[in-house]
Amino acid sequence: MSLNTALATDTLLARLREILPADCLIEDQESQRPFECDGLSLYRELPLVVALPETVAQVQSVLKCCHEFGAPVVARGSGTGLCAGAMPHPEGVLLGLSKLNKIIEIDPEARTARLQPGVTNLAISEAASAHGLYYGPDPSSQIACSIGGNVAENSGGVHCLKYGLTVHNLLSVEMLTVEGERTRLGGLGLDSPGYDLMALVTGSEGLLGIIIEVTVKLLPSPEVARVVMAGFDTVRAAGDAVGAVIAAGIIPAGLEMMDALAIQAAEDFAQAGYPKDAQALLLCELDGTAEEVDQHIEAVGGIFNQHGASSLRISADDAERALLWKGRKSAFPAVGRMSADYYCMDGTIPRSQVSHVLEEINRLSKKYQLRCANVFHAGDGNLHPLIMFDGGDPKQIALAERFGADILELSVAVGGCITGEHGVGLEKLNQMPNQFSEAELHQFEDIKHAFDPALSLNPGKGIPILKRCQEYRALPGRHNHD
Amino acid sequence: MTDLLPQMAAQIRTAKADNAPLYIAGGDSKRDQVGRACSTEHILNVSAHSGISDYQPQELVISARAGTPLIELEAALAEQGQMLPFEPPRYAGRATLGGTLACNLSGPGRPWLGSIRDSVLGVQLINGGGQTLNFGGKVMKNVAGYDVARLQAGAMGTLGVITEVNLKVLPIPEATTTLARETSPEEALELMTRYARQPKPLTGACWIAGKLYLRLAGAASAVTRTANTWGGESADDSIWTQLQDMTHPFFTTSTELWRLATASNSPCPDTVDQCIDWGGSQRWLRSAPEHIPSGAHLSLFSGGNRETEVRGQLDQVQQTLQLRLKKAFDPSGILNPGRLYSWM
Repeated sequence: MSLNTALATDTLLARLREILPADCLIEDQESQRPFECDGLSLYRELPLVVALPETVAQVQSVLKCCHEFGAPVVARGSGTGLCAGAMPHPEGVLLGLSKLNKIIEIDPEARTARLQPGVTNLAISEAASAHGLYYGPDPSSQIACSIGGNVAENSGGVHCLKYGLTVHNLLSVEMLTVEGERTRLGGLGLDSPGYDLMALVTGSEGLLGIIIEVTVKLLPSPEVARVVMAGFDTVRAAGDAVGAVIAAGIIPAGLEMMDALAIQAAEDFAQAGYPKDAQALLLCELDGTAEEVDQHIEAVGGIFNQHGASSLRISADDAERALLWKGRKSAFPAVGRMSADYYCMDGTIPRSQVSHVLEEINRLSKKYQLRCANVFHAGDGNLHPLIMFDGGDPKQIALAERFGADILELSVAVGGCITGEHGVGLEKLNQMPNQFSEAELHQFEDIKHAFDPALSLNPGKGIPILKRCQEYRALPGRHNHD
Repeated sequence: MTDLLPQMAAQIRTAKADNAPLYIAGGDSKRDQVGRACSTEHILNVSAHSGISDYQPQELVISARAGTPLIELEAALAEQGQMLPFEPPRYAGRATLGGTLACNLSGPGRPWLGSIRDSVLGVQLINGGGQTLNFGGKVMKNVAGYDVARLQAGAMGTLGVITEVNLKVLPIPEATTTLARETSPEEALELMTRYARQPKPLTGACWIAGKLYLRLAGAASAVTRTANTWGGESADDSIWTQLQDMTHPFFTTSTELWRLATASNSPCPDTVDQCIDWGGSQRWLRSAPEHIPSGAHLSLFSGGNRETEVRGQLDQVQQTLQLRLKKAFDPSGILNPGRLYSWM
């Protein structure tokens, strides 16, 4: 069966009404509005219907029903994603998993937490804190984003260099296939039989299955965490200081860089005491035992001074540490105050390329006549340029998209990648051929077919349909890697 | 330092055309271990495709061809004060990078430092169609496309011949110390669990030959302080190398060796001869346990009958997915047939 006829659509909707209680199905367009986009509001679409199941059995029934009708299914957690990965399909079901939000079990002895997919990232650490434990990955959206969405995007955060990404902090994922069949990937030990499908599903953007349960590893909360903040007169000096910290054998818990525009925006917004005349700012967090942190704080302060820090401040207590982070953590809303709209990019680059890449971004900023503030997870090379534009001006939207595409292509050219933690979604599909050859893209498509032969799960996202790529490659001036 | 990529790709294309499956060999150190016996007579030898292709200490990234011996990598890293975080078994110097990734082997630090699965950033591989493909990259974060690089860990070459690997590396800890005490296995498990919940620089916890060993590694000040607090007799650090390389007498008999990957706090199985590693998450057993805990995975690591299945059974849903995935990479089934499962 297919949805090509109005009759089929009506039948599908009638079946969904049988599966779900009335308040779990949103059919009218006005009530669907909050679901028309994720955190990247440049891309919007209304679905055929929004389904918000309350039980795994309901999710399973919805999937089986959609499979029967060949209806597209787009999974959504909290909708905080930044790549239009959860943008609805106009002929399909938007499957919201936010009502499955129970913490099933915390096992402090094994240091694990079993979670439904809609549990928010921060809620895990809050629940684990009673046992002196926490969950490592902490994306900026952690108050709202869900663990199911974190798995789908392989989310990072500011502590990845030391504590890894989502994929490093999972033990097991329960998944429903596109046919609605249930299977458990991973296990309670660190190895599982056969292929590591859990690793493959992590970061697969809802294209391979629907996640219905996640078991994560928990870490002992560090005794102490302190922050060193340093201002620099040049981006290059700050970049060199980052390299020197790593070369000294220190792995900071977090290591963030901001450029002049980002410093000003953040300071105006948060009054964190950032040096507004600095061209670059480093925030270096060290955590561990009290002795270890003391030892490393001294070493990092010394390295920053050797590299010509124009100002240096070390947090004396948790309140001061929170204040120093407040500026960085509010960088996005702070930029939002400078410009009605901004477009956040996500390329990752080798750390040594940071000053070159920031110089190029400055050049592009002049070329497109759009301001751009840069925040950078310097520890792991993940760059977030924030391109400011006026969303009411279609010309500026087009320029911002071109500016963004140039930055991603630059990231690939210096040996990096188009997305470090936000995902490809709909947004970066056109840049996939910059990073991958046609044969590689074909391999991705074959993987997709192995899980979802009818291409019903989140169609049109994550991996490009090759025909479209060829058209894009045919555009003049596009670099291609064949 | 030889680049044999074109020759290997050509050999795979020929094998596909002739429908003549290949056994993939690097240092050939694990032929009788980890996976099933592979009866294929044609061998694809990766060992000569060797050499470090790129090493950027400040980026914490090293890239090398798959045939590079681990000891060569470790020597280059040590010159810069760095190491492979996952402490892989080196099989008397014969183990190569590609084989280590294919088997996903790692040493005693796994719960704290990860396995090669956690360190791999990118791979180059030749699929069953003879196409050379690159996935992942040389940066710490990369979510473009499916994580095909990590998927190779433990796939035993059945999805592609690994030809080059990019890894994240770590600094060698400033100080390391080992504590030991005599305990029962039950008491050892309880202590391991208790210590692992503390925010201290623990990077190893095992019970072997009647003794619990704990390894502390990191900043010298933290290691010393923690060792003084926890107490116990000071022991030689060599116990960790003996676990890593499986040269401890526990491992050197040729009888069946079973590996149980389980929750760190699951109870000790009722077998006589065992070694507990990974803070409880890995149990080495000299005979198969009667009961497998829920969520655990038992495999026959070495010895025994390797013509039968040596890995745990998959549910029907996953078996279907895994078989389809195999076909997506190697539609003709010419890469290491039967090495992982008889039906794969």
